Amino acid sequence: MMERQSNVAEAQIDPTISKEKRVHPYTKKRVSTYIFLVVAIVIVALYSTITGSVKLNLHEVWEGLTSSKDPMLHTIVWDLRLPRIIVGLIVGMCLAVSGSIMQGVMKNPLADPGIIGVSAGAALMAVIIMIVLPQYILLLPIAAFTGGFVTAMLIYGLAWQNGSSPSRIILVGVAVNSVIGAAMSALMLLFSDRVQAVLPWMAGGISGVTWDQARMVSIYALPALVLSLFAIKHIKILSLGDEVAKILGHNVERSRFFLILISTFLAGIAVSVSGLIGFIGLVIPHIMRMVVGNDYRYVLPLSALGGGVFLVFADTIARSWFDPIELPVGVLLSFLGGPFFLYILNKGGKTRAFN
Amino acid sequence: MLLTKKVSFKHSESFSLDNIDFEITKGEIVSLIGPNGSGKSTMLRIVTNLLKPNEGAVLLDGDEIKNLSRQAIAKKLSMLPQVHNNELDLTVRELVSFGRNPHKGWFQKLDFEDEKIIDWALEVTNLQSYEFRFLQSLSGGERQRAWIAMAIAGRPNVLLLDEPTTFLDIAHQLEVMELIQMLNDRFGMTIVMVLHDINQAAAYSDRLIVLKNGCIEYDGNSQYVICKEMFHDIFKIDVEIFNDGDRPFFKPIRNVGKLKEVERERVHS
Repeated sequence: MMERQSNVAEAQIDPTISKEKRVHPYTKKRVSTYIFLVVAIVIVALYSTITGSVKLNLHEVWEGLTSSKDPMLHTIVWDLRLPRIIVGLIVGMCLAVSGSIMQGVMKNPLADPGIIGVSAGAALMAVIIMIVLPQYILLLPIAAFTGGFVTAMLIYGLAWQNGSSPSRIILVGVAVNSVIGAAMSALMLLFSDRVQAVLPWMAGGISGVTWDQARMVSIYALPALVLSLFAIKHIKILSLGDEVAKILGHNVERSRFFLILISTFLAGIAVSVSGLIGFIGLVIPHIMRMVVGNDYRYVLPLSALGGGVFLVFADTIARSWFDPIELPVGVLLSFLGGPFFLYILNKGGKTRAFN
Repeated sequence: MLLTKKVSFKHSESFSLDNIDFEITKGEIVSLIGPNGSGKSTMLRIVTNLLKPNEGAVLLDGDEIKNLSRQAIAKKLSMLPQVHNNELDLTVRELVSFGRNPHKGWFQKLDFEDEKIIDWALEVTNLQSYEFRFLQSLSGGERQRAWIAMAIAGRPNVLLLDEPTTFLDIAHQLEVMELIQMLNDRFGMTIVMVLHDINQAAAYSDRLIVLKNGCIEYDGNSQYVICKEMFHDIFKIDVEIFNDGDRPFFKPIRNVGKLKEVERERVHS
């Protein structure tokens, strides 16, 4: 799955570059980042399979994957660790791509589904389904997406004032976020008898995911991730500024709507399976921009790879390093995310944060 | 080719355009001049359908512009706004290739013909050797040429420019003006531009349109427009007019505007 994803992305490379003798100044960095991330996925996936309360070696992993002679081994590798890695990869990809699209469309390096409240909106709807209407649990991803989308449109509408200024979006988002947070707390108090089942999900984690969940999240996420490749062109044209984009015959409103739609859909999918996991949507695209520049043909697919790898890695650490406790990966990432966010804010003045 | 019929646009209590009527014919170079806030840039935005007039109509090749899609307009008409984002992480060639957007559908990629036209735009603007340089690494004049290259890569019939020479030094100003003249001369592009330097406007344009407070006050060739009365009425300055062959140019003498009147009154009282 990962390899296919990266091939699609590589096919996006500008035809003009290969045609000319002189190469684009960033080509080397871009190619090496691709290679690094693809290799990292393989290594991290292997590391994640052998690590845990039961340590395995590569031979045992192979055994567990290919035969069910040793049912314990087979269960650990095939039924516990593998779906968790796959869900981790997909959720990480969804979060990072969602964040990078949101940053592109709002032209703000701090836009992130977690920060501006899109994830919270998705989570609120998800919690409502889980504790108020549990009979509709199958609609969880759709509900989460709807919640996220309504929140995104609300933020965008409220921040709109002859165009959307980056700081207004963040401020409005923070305000909306706190309202949703309050609604969430109220809901949890009102239904305090059922909250226990939701708490681990709220903390944000992918522990105990099954193949069923992996299948469900794939069905929603993979088409959306492929579709997100079409976002690249739109983000690039919007980056020229609304006026220039319009003069170039681009339908700015329509493409902005499409971009918000797809990024909230991705965030909604992630929330529905893993609860609130912050940090990735904000930081991974930011790092990619620092490495390969602001060209979304690279930022977006590389963010997908980076987000996937990073979430699997962080999840492996969260479940193995704090033995005997298994820390939800969302908690670990929030611990890291806070300081890193401050670091970006601090550095924002000095670097060209975004265009 | 491009026609406005009784266009009115109300922006606020203090600023509106009233009854704007003009026609741009094919192959002309027209400059819009006038004081700050006279509605020149607004006029360009109305002509490109970025702003919708409250009354009246803009016709492009006989079709009302409000009935045309953005893409249909973009194929015929290109504009370079005054302020553009130069912080983009783009090479010159990447920027110019955006100019092909009007001719591409949602899922279409650039083909060989597009690449040829991009080559052409780079060649015309003399930027071939810069094509893989980043926009940020260019000088102001080179950057402006890159944006012009983008604007012409769609092969428009009409090119609108909003103060293309502002912020450039005199050598780069002339370079841009000569480029514009060449686009008109060699490729028959109709040019409509907002200029602040009236001498340059007179030197490079077939026609000048003078706006003040949202109304057209003068419309004609430079011999007709460049006169002492025009400067006195529109800009509240006294000037001397000289002629270089058939090209008039002016030299400002003094400001006779409001500030001066206030001063004079103070002296008298």
